[in-house]
Amino acid sequence: MDLLRFATAGSVDDGKSTLIGRLLYDSKGVFEDQLEAITRATVNRAAGPVDLSLLTDGLRAEREQGITIDVAYRYFATPKRKFIIADTPGHEQYTRNMATGSSTANLAIVLIDARHGPLVQSRRHTFIAALLGIKHLVIAVNKMDLVGWSAQRFTEIVDDFAPFCLKLGLTDVQFVPLSALLGDNVVTASINMPWFTGPTLLEHLEMVDVGADENHTALRFPVQYVIRPNSEYRGFAGQITSGIVGVGDAVVALPAGTRSKIARIDTFSGPIAQAESPQSVTLILEDEIDLSRGDLLVHDTVDPQKNPWIRKDFDAHLVWMDSQPLALGRPYLIKHTTRTLRAWVTGVAHRLDVNSLEEEPTTTLQLNEIGRVHLQAAQSLVLDAYQDHRRTGSFIVIDPLTNATVAAGLVCAQQPAVLTPSAAVALDRHSREHHFGHKSMILWMDGPNVDSTAQVADALARRLWQRGVQVLRPLEREIIEITGNSLDPAAANRLQGLCSLLLEAGIVVVICGGPAGEPTRLTLQDGLAQEDFAQFLVHATADLPHLGAANGALKVAAEDAEAGAQHIIQFLVDKGFFATNRVMGAGEGI
Amino acid sequence: MTHLEALESESIHILREVAAEFERPCLLFSGGKDSIVLLRLAEKAFRPGRFPFPLLHIDTGHNFKEVIEFRDFRAAELGERLIIRSVQDSLDAGRIVEKAGQDNSRNRMQIPTLLDAIAEFRFDAIFGGARRDEEKARAKERIFSFRDQHGQWDPKNQRPELWSIYNGRIHPGEQIRVFPISNWTELDIWQHIHAEALAIPSIYYAHQRSTVIRKGMVLPISPLLPAQADETPQLRTVRFRTVGDATCTACIESSAAHALDVIKETAVTRVTERGATRVDDQVSEASMEDRKRAGYF
Repeated sequence: MDLLRFATAGSVDDGKSTLIGRLLYDSKGVFEDQLEAITRATVNRAAGPVDLSLLTDGLRAEREQGITIDVAYRYFATPKRKFIIADTPGHEQYTRNMATGSSTANLAIVLIDARHGPLVQSRRHTFIAALLGIKHLVIAVNKMDLVGWSAQRFTEIVDDFAPFCLKLGLTDVQFVPLSALLGDNVVTASINMPWFTGPTLLEHLEMVDVGADENHTALRFPVQYVIRPNSEYRGFAGQITSGIVGVGDAVVALPAGTRSKIARIDTFSGPIAQAESPQSVTLILEDEIDLSRGDLLVHDTVDPQKNPWIRKDFDAHLVWMDSQPLALGRPYLIKHTTRTLRAWVTGVAHRLDVNSLEEEPTTTLQLNEIGRVHLQAAQSLVLDAYQDHRRTGSFIVIDPLTNATVAAGLVCAQQPAVLTPSAAVALDRHSREHHFGHKSMILWMDGPNVDSTAQVADALARRLWQRGVQVLRPLEREIIEITGNSLDPAAANRLQGLCSLLLEAGIVVVICGGPAGEPTRLTLQDGLAQEDFAQFLVHATADLPHLGAANGALKVAAEDAEAGAQHIIQFLVDKGFFATNRVMGAGEGI
Repeated sequence: MTHLEALESESIHILREVAAEFERPCLLFSGGKDSIVLLRLAEKAFRPGRFPFPLLHIDTGHNFKEVIEFRDFRAAELGERLIIRSVQDSLDAGRIVEKAGQDNSRNRMQIPTLLDAIAEFRFDAIFGGARRDEEKARAKERIFSFRDQHGQWDPKNQRPELWSIYNGRIHPGEQIRVFPISNWTELDIWQHIHAEALAIPSIYYAHQRSTVIRKGMVLPISPLLPAQADETPQLRTVRFRTVGDATCTACIESSAAHALDVIKETAVTRVTERGATRVDDQVSEASMEDRKRAGYF
């Protein structure tokens, strides 16, 4: 006899509690004294006949208000299987409860009222089940008695809802027409619906094969506890979360990367040759390697597809479960397998609208919202994609002040490119521009009066600096020292090389060309990208209307240097020179 | 993997998580069948090492003698430390006052003694053998159940519990009650006792006992639970499904002499374990919920 864990979702009106009550009652999972207690409770509430839904209401507050507050667990067994039901209420807290109930389930039952067909919440529940990695879905089309046991109505609902399930990647979806109130197709086949030839709900639950859900190939063993009764014995205790391990297997301890072999697999009843997920065992290694709680043992394989990621920054979906919304940059704790460490959410890519499945831009997540975020951890984590490895791809987020569990995390399958340590030091121009919050450019100043042009250039450099811009304002002689005589054509090429380097460094360079600078400007402008170069013509106001300005050069009045500089800055702002938001916003860098 | 192996592995994982994350855990051991299973699971989790926690028993003074004898025998056999704190001592010290009258169960009265023991040893995590199938309030409780400085449970303010990732973070003075066999049923317990050939107190199996029938329950007559004037005790063949406070624990008529017989009976019984045997739970529909809010297990 094996174990099947399933979650049920639906709201009060779908008859979910009645369905569970019926399942328990007809499979003899309800006891007479429980029935007697709910009969008493029914009388207290002056209701009609015995209400099976009362079997699943646990707390006094719930019975008084006629609602379900929290996930409740129910148990029953048939000769074929033992079942654990995570019964999740369908009202306000649905996302949090549904995610909790689904996190340990192999299968989910979503209820649809035959009269109404799939509602927004049916899609919502199905989506959350799919997000939480549930591979087997049962759509219980309930209240068939109220639609005259109509085969046509059932087919309409299947045709309506099946494509949605397929879109979510759910391939094992079983539709069952039933009446929880009357018991049709719950445990015993319905005589009212002879047209339905599929299994009853319980038959399906007994038969459904969940063995293939487990990843049987890639080993994951988070070290949980070290058993060391004496100097001779050093056992690494833990639960295999994925795959199979055998004596003699070559293993690697991550994140350190140390290698060893499995010398023995110990259990209380004696050593075994092989163990598989989800067994709890104690592994003895051949070598005395440094290994402790929080480390992960995997097989020593050259196939990178089978290896987990080792990274500090990663993308994940968060299901936010706290009334206090997510705060960017605030330190949280994350518990992933057997490790707890500090981490920050550095950006929110989007929020998922669980009703429309649309991605919406946002910078935070509220209670019961789901979003894709970018996280930065204080130390390296050994991660898998949630869709491939449920246990090593999931984590919880804890508020270090209140100790509350504020979110559930699911590691995304697609991760941003890793910045290797060397790459992180040798930042490229894009990263620097992003960091500085502005573009890097060559600003070329021309004018008949060398002094007034230089004054505008000085004012411009100062004002840019005050706005946080990384700006360089080399004097003409400083440029000549580097490039040589400005009349030499090779000097212009050298200047262009220097400017390219400064652009790569994310720097803004203000250069005064002077009367003899025209050939140099032409060479420079030819060699640089158009958006990297801007020319400004500094002239007396009276002359400005008569000036011809090529290549979009801006005409600037020479009389007032400060006003001229401000004019140039406004021009740059209009051109999108400054980043709109220096903090990484929605979608950026994700 | 059988359902029993899956449940065992889950429980072992929980035991080890607590051992790794808490400074001063303890395990409540009464000599009853659920805590006997818990001890076997602890052996599976920590042998050949010693348990990284002591055993604790809150002795109500209303226990069955066979169970207390078994408690001492088993703790000695395992070579683990057993701490006993008694309700009688709390009564003598004036920490609690006994209610007069017929309903003199000490289920509720053991709460102050338990909280005193937790404070005395500064236990931060306390394992209990409670199961979710036992009772409605238990069905809603987490495996890691957060309790405040007064040991109180707030059912509306529980931490979400996802996957097998348990949040055991607490502030000083707070505690976590941990229930490693939350997902086990009465039938699973008996199947485990059978599979592991576990020794349990003899009163769990059929034996002759002087009893009366009161409110539909078979009550064992003892100095703690005397027959009333209009009752005539009769010798019946009975066994206990649960061994709680001797003043309010009923037995059932049964001839089951081995675990296998009990499994057969349990598989077809139509009455819950507590419903058949716990007189105090019938007082109100919310008895357990109220006790838990006050610091009970």
